[in-house]
Amino acid sequence: MIEIKNLHKGFNGDMVLKGIDAKFEQGKTNMIIGASGSGKSVFLKNMLGLFEPDDGEIIYSGESLLDMDIDRKSDLRKEMGMLFQHSALFDSMTVEENIMFPLRMFSKIKLAERRERANEILERVNLVNLNKKMPSEISGGQQKRVALGRAIANNPQYLFCDEPNSGLDPKTATVIDQLIQEITHERNITTVIISHDMNSVMEIGETIVFLKDGLIAWEGSNKEIFKTDNEAVTDFVYSSDLFKKVRIAQNEGF
Amino acid sequence: MLIGIFKRPTKTSVLRELILKEIDDLVIGSIGITAFISLFMGAVVALQTALNLDNPLIPKSLIGFATRQSIILEFAPTFISVIMAGKVGSYITSSIGTMRVTEQIDALEVMGINPLNYLIYPKIIALLFYPFLIAIIMFVGIFGGFLASVYGNLVSLEDFIVGLQDSFIPWHVAYAFIKTMVFGILLATIPSYHGYYMEGGALEVGKASTTSFVWTCVAIIVANYILTQILLTT
Repeated sequence: MIEIKNLHKGFNGDMVLKGIDAKFEQGKTNMIIGASGSGKSVFLKNMLGLFEPDDGEIIYSGESLLDMDIDRKSDLRKEMGMLFQHSALFDSMTVEENIMFPLRMFSKIKLAERRERANEILERVNLVNLNKKMPSEISGGQQKRVALGRAIANNPQYLFCDEPNSGLDPKTATVIDQLIQEITHERNITTVIISHDMNSVMEIGETIVFLKDGLIAWEGSNKEIFKTDNEAVTDFVYSSDLFKKVRIAQNEGF
Repeated sequence: MLIGIFKRPTKTSVLRELILKEIDDLVIGSIGITAFISLFMGAVVALQTALNLDNPLIPKSLIGFATRQSIILEFAPTFISVIMAGKVGSYITSSIGTMRVTEQIDALEVMGINPLNYLIYPKIIALLFYPFLIAIIMFVGIFGGFLASVYGNLVSLEDFIVGLQDSFIPWHVAYAFIKTMVFGILLATIPSYHGYYMEGGALEVGKASTTSFVWTCVAIIVANYILTQILLTT
């Protein structure tokens, strides 16, 4: 579990996060949603330790990130997997080498075993026969799946996903969402996903934190989000035509 | 940045492989173009010296002497380093800069890897082998001078060899290699700095490459003056 207490972060005097308290539970897909500029990415980078918070606490399974020395932080990061918005695959490595990379860096297993493990992971993310391809030779959806494979290669305790389905067609986006949820349940890990895609929220948002202007404006689940009267959330959720029509249909009793 | 490069080192077996790859990319991969330039520059130095020797009291062996001195003292270490700032320096800045822009450096950091050590340390170690490249360049440059002057009938083989051996000071070779070591470190660190700390997108990667080339050249030229002052005038 990850616990956030009174998190503050600003840049050049402008506060982006203004006191966030949240809990991200183990074995669940926890989503952070909000409009562009609401502070989602800054929040995530604070949790990953890429930014130093101005105030507050980030607690990983009872241990404060800010109290950790650089070696402990480094060890914690070995328990993290991250799926970046643009995949961030190492473009000098093949698909297989990308997946084997965390294993190679942090384990003593032999090449043949690493290769076997990479094949298992590629199969798990529904990619076969792409082992020797370079990232530039595969599609955006396939890159995301490879990146997800790399993120879970080292059996992480925490999985972070930054807009995992941005730039993907709806069908591929759904495949990625389902994969993330399945892996979260299978491995009982703490998954935190940043998104502003409502389809994704509906699909896998087991717990949802809605950010607005650097504060948590609402918390709940995908079952509750359509029932809330919170104006900030309804403005966000019903900003798309599709969901407006859903709401009208709901109001008309369909 | 320099302290960060040596902290939290990458796994030895991985680092060894990275260093070998960088030696191949940065040093061995540069032999072709630098040898080509050097061969013709050596020839031009010999030709120009020969064409300016119209006084019968000055021995023809001066062609060999002038070729040797210019290649060893300045052309091989300094001129080739400026060329390397363009070839290798731009490559380093753009490759690290692209990794920054595409979040690959963030990915390394999130995995608990020290990106400075993983990306820059192997380049520094690889460029410590830069003097080997310069040794080849010295040989090829002098060979170019030999081809142009002997086969161009500007000087006899014997005179050229006498000139090559004339007033030879071994310290000049040591001076050239000391300079080369310093330039190698500058070639690894300045472009890495510009790539690692760049911000923005693809356009900024190009700008960072240009800036790194300019600053690497400036650093090489200034270091050349300082080292010459220290090593040759005292």
